Amino acid sequence: MTSSDMPKNSGGPLAWLATGVGRILAAVFVPIVTFLVLWQGFIFLRNNQAPQIVMVLVSILWGVGGVALLYWVANWMVEKLPDNARGLIQPFVFVGPAVAILAWFLAIPVVRTLILSFQDETSSNFVGLTNYVFALTDRIMLEAFRNNLLWMIFGTGLSVGLGLLVAVLADRTRLESVYKAIIFMPMAISFVGAGVIWKFMYTYKGEGTGISEIGLINAIVLALGGQSQPWLSIPPWNNFFLIVIMVWLQTGYAMVIISSAIKGVPAELLEAARIDGATEIKAFFNVTVPYIKGTLLTVTTTIVIFSLKLFDIVRVMTGGNNGTNVIANEFYLQRFTYGHTGRASAIAIILLLAVVPVMVYNLRQFGERRAF
Amino acid sequence: MSATGSMKKQKQLNNALVNGILILICIIWLVPTVGVLVTSFRQSQDIFSSGWWAVLPHKQWVEKSEFTIPETVDVTGPFEVEGITTTFEELREGVTLPDGRQISWFGNRRTRLIKVYEQEWVGFGANLTLDNYKNVLTGTKISFKDAEGKEITRQGNNLGTAFLNSVAVAVPATIIPILIAAFAAYGFAWLNFPGRKLLFTIVVAMLVVPLQIALVPILQDYTKLNLNGTFLGIWLAHTGFGIPLAVYLLFNYVSQLPRDILESAFIDGASSFTIFTKLILPLSVPALASFAIFQFLWVWNDYLVALVLLGDQNRVITSALAAIVGEKGQDWHLLTAGAFISMMLPLAVFFALQRFFVRGMMAGSVKG
Repeated sequence: MTSSDMPKNSGGPLAWLATGVGRILAAVFVPIVTFLVLWQGFIFLRNNQAPQIVMVLVSILWGVGGVALLYWVANWMVEKLPDNARGLIQPFVFVGPAVAILAWFLAIPVVRTLILSFQDETSSNFVGLTNYVFALTDRIMLEAFRNNLLWMIFGTGLSVGLGLLVAVLADRTRLESVYKAIIFMPMAISFVGAGVIWKFMYTYKGEGTGISEIGLINAIVLALGGQSQPWLSIPPWNNFFLIVIMVWLQTGYAMVIISSAIKGVPAELLEAARIDGATEIKAFFNVTVPYIKGTLLTVTTTIVIFSLKLFDIVRVMTGGNNGTNVIANEFYLQRFTYGHTGRASAIAIILLLAVVPVMVYNLRQFGERRAF
Repeated sequence: MSATGSMKKQKQLNNALVNGILILICIIWLVPTVGVLVTSFRQSQDIFSSGWWAVLPHKQWVEKSEFTIPETVDVTGPFEVEGITTTFEELREGVTLPDGRQISWFGNRRTRLIKVYEQEWVGFGANLTLDNYKNVLTGTKISFKDAEGKEITRQGNNLGTAFLNSVAVAVPATIIPILIAAFAAYGFAWLNFPGRKLLFTIVVAMLVVPLQIALVPILQDYTKLNLNGTFLGIWLAHTGFGIPLAVYLLFNYVSQLPRDILESAFIDGASSFTIFTKLILPLSVPALASFAIFQFLWVWNDYLVALVLLGDQNRVITSALAAIVGEKGQDWHLLTAGAFISMMLPLAVFFALQRFFVRGMMAGSVKG
């Protein structure tokens, strides 16, 4: 597979011609065969006629094998080149595919979405700022902005607050890893799955003879002498009931990061504070909190970004009805339910603008922390 | 002496308080999932008529026997039964006997039927079943009983197929971006070429782009290329969305590898490709594993990209589950079993590879 495997160019001109032609033929033949094999695989997968398990296996083989094969063939061809050309081209065999895919899926779409956001729903006429006027003034959008603000403030605040509480408390116990594993577990669950779990918690049957509430929340409310409620359809409180789900999902993340920061607080500092007569609570606020301030900020910004882009929970739980709409859901509705590409694009651009400053700050901080 | 004694006591009290708070929070965190897990194994009829906590052992009034009051007894006023004097109205509400049993009148005044209840522990022999899983996995007709015991027939949700589709989406959508990103990370870290810094900056800058930005243009391209609803289409999309983070993380790792090893290999005449496959990849296994877990779970749990690019063709598990929520929002026996099927794999990964899992999640938190 490397140039050393090839026959050495040591014979006369005839031999040279033979290997030269051979090289050229191989250089043409191998990519064509590769392409044909991959194309056949694609057609096979698109026609979708074999039993499903076969399809799944073939697609995994074809997808993973295909990419590996492409790299291998590209590199094989580059190795055939003279040294100086190879040195120039080979790096691009390594970074080229990544850059190309990024250009197609992220870089160019930013520009294209920007252009689409100035066009009408069929993307054929320019309409100036109309879509942005809609996105910034329409009643539905204002409601979405308000809700995202609620998610951002309460969702982030509660996640970070609870994460901090658990991290600090668990640090003092022998069962730390068990507690932390339980709180972290929801991170493994999809938002759709979490949606089902909590929809079941909130489920409401209403009044009537012979009806007993099967949702835990309503059962508790009834047991305490209250009245069962359709929790997810009482605006504006339903937003908070949805935010609970995000807190359930994200507290584990905040907790793990904060916990490792707390372990980095020098024991001497805490000891010194205690000797000076500080209570545990004072020592916490005057020593630990200032020491982990940077981490707290990073965790907060990460969850803020999460809450700005939030989609799945609202989509599954309420579909954005009853005053629970959020920006990302309105984007989805505009594009895929109402078919208004222009408006959807304007909303996406606004989302980008909202996320970028937080994200830039976050990445700066992240760079200072070793990831692995 | 007594001072340290009281301090010790104080400490024990503190410990109990701390553990108490944590246990409370942990219970709150676990109960929703446990509820769904328990419900998914209950008979549909039970699910509709009582909460899942009914499977827990608890004391409940259980009907023990019944008898009728002889016609000779006048029941319009107070009368004597089981050794106490009571009225029809009181019996309708239920009357507790001195020995702890409860009796109540069943039906209207003419039935004269009295039922005797005793408080008993129930819930040990819970009536569990795997039917819900069978029903939600299959694509053929299913039937189940509602709260009144009425037989209901529905089209199955074919979650089995959706599960396989999720595998077909998630495995390549994890390996492909890792492969591409590993090549790129090596290129950016160890090869010299014009525009290296600029390209790398652009790649990392893409981390800030929310994927909503990309969906509209990508969908236009896919419609033109006939890639809508294909596995290839969604692999490419997940690859595109995952690469900035993958390159960034792997670059951080690969660029920290000791220079001497790579240089000596190069002097020995190894090509860049050989160095990459024989040295870089094996050395980067911890980073690759952490990122792989993150990316796999991200793709497995993703709903938006699958909804937009796959649609109803080749439905993955999240879309299939969301579809049940939409169509059969009150069929809790199907929903809970479905939710659990969708969670099985991520939870298994979580419990089996906890350390990599946590690391991957931490590293992946900046994903756009």
